[in-house]
Amino acid sequence: MIHFDNISKRYPGGHDALSRINLRLEKGQMAYLTGHSGAGKSTLLKLIAMIERPTRGQIFLDGVNLNNISNRKIPFIRRNIGIIFQNHHLLYDRPVFDNVAMPLIIQGYRHQEIHKRVRAALNQVGLLSKEKSDPITLSGGEQQRVGIARAIVHKPLLLLADEPTGNLDPELSREIMELFARFNQVGTTVLIASHDLDLIKQMGSPVIGLHDGQVSHNGLPFTAGAGQ
Amino acid sequence: MRNRPPRKNRLSSYFSNHLRVSLASLGRLYVQPVATLMTAAVIAIALALPIGLYIALDNIGQLSSGWDGSTQISLFLHTKVEKREAEKLKQRLQKHKAIKKIELIDKDQGLNQFKEISGFGDALKHLNRNPLPIVLVVHPKIMPNQPDKTTQLVKELGKNKLVELAQLDVQWVKRLYTFLEIANRSIWVISSMLAIAVLLIIGNTIRLDIQNRREEIEVSKLIGASDAFIRRPFLYTGIWYGLTGGVLAWIITQISLTLMESPIHRLALLYHSDFRLSGLGVGNTLLLVLFSCSLGLIGSWIAVSRHLKDIEPS
Repeated sequence: MIHFDNISKRYPGGHDALSRINLRLEKGQMAYLTGHSGAGKSTLLKLIAMIERPTRGQIFLDGVNLNNISNRKIPFIRRNIGIIFQNHHLLYDRPVFDNVAMPLIIQGYRHQEIHKRVRAALNQVGLLSKEKSDPITLSGGEQQRVGIARAIVHKPLLLLADEPTGNLDPELSREIMELFARFNQVGTTVLIASHDLDLIKQMGSPVIGLHDGQVSHNGLPFTAGAGQ
Repeated sequence: MRNRPPRKNRLSSYFSNHLRVSLASLGRLYVQPVATLMTAAVIAIALALPIGLYIALDNIGQLSSGWDGSTQISLFLHTKVEKREAEKLKQRLQKHKAIKKIELIDKDQGLNQFKEISGFGDALKHLNRNPLPIVLVVHPKIMPNQPDKTTQLVKELGKNKLVELAQLDVQWVKRLYTFLEIANRSIWVISSMLAIAVLLIIGNTIRLDIQNRREEIEVSKLIGASDAFIRRPFLYTGIWYGLTGGVLAWIITQISLTLMESPIHRLALLYHSDFRLSGLGVGNTLLLVLFSCSLGLIGSWIAVSRHLKDIEPS
């Protein structure tokens, strides 16, 4: 699903965020991306979502070389990805339902279909009763789950999450991670960046450790953090 | 592209998307009526000014086209010329392609007219001989807004051997048309400048709108919205501003016309004329609204193409 071939990313000013990364995430797999802040986790996710472009190397997403995608075609790549952010990026000028419906509206789904899918997505995150609420009235955990509903409503091939539990207490964090595991069980490829090593160990999926822009670990969680 | 909806639905969803976006843009303007009306009023005033000038000019043109029928050239023949020769000349000139009609006023008719109008009737009795020449009154066929051609005709007729003097009766008509021409050009200049002002007003309003919706644009880009999709609501907003401005401009114009109608009609009556102020008409009104909508679209397009690029998710 994701294949990083010798990827380097240098930001203007000379900071090397990633150097010579080689990675592979198979279709239907789930993995955690860990490392200290500044290790390059966010940069790696941004490269997949085409928010940034690599300085060197090639990224293949579902077999497509992202270097060959023009800026104009980026939206069509992003439509196959669901992205979840730490600060969930909800729009507070519209109710929960409209927030979740955005990806479907963008892709031109019909009215009835939008209704069906939004309700299904909200049901999956356990917020069906809140569809008419304003996001601002929801708790942090609920807002994060609205963000997740929005990311999965169009059934993307790949789910990317950048510190999705960053602001949440341990119990809520665990619920969120279990939610991701459920999506993975129905076939979605999932990549989650998180520094919450304790939680990751409990979840049991493979871990990719980043340190100073390089892969320091790639394998099972019980050795996670080795080499840091 | 696994996630595309079925093909047969795409066209109808395209149109329903446009409908939805246009109504949503209208809704956004509707919930802040004061701000919207203020912007629309600025646009309307900028449009109403040249429209007012245009209407004034158009009316002057209509008024003067009535006088244009009186554009005539008097050919005073030499006094020695006999009526028979004058008739021949008249028939010959009748074939001239620039001449519509010729009247012949012979010496007796001329004297009678002179007696009636001048009031010197009694004094004329003492003349033992009619001193007046035969006069051919030429009505040129030339269109009123081509004063040069009329002048040419006067010169041409003046060269005839039988003609002592060829005189264009309404020289001032030429001056009026020249004046109208200048006024016409000035209106174009003023209109162009005000059209640019409208573009800037709409562009600036849309720019602020883009700034206010920065978050929404970023999120939309992140979840795969194309540039066209993001552009659309702003373009519709521009069109709505243009439409509202255009309609307001029309209203302003109609009110001004109503205010001026009765004094102008009274003035016309004093000149024994049944002249009435004519307004924009249906065609020109539609043209005004269409033009104003286009300005809205172009103005927002400029703003959108300049500022949407700057907003990228990070």
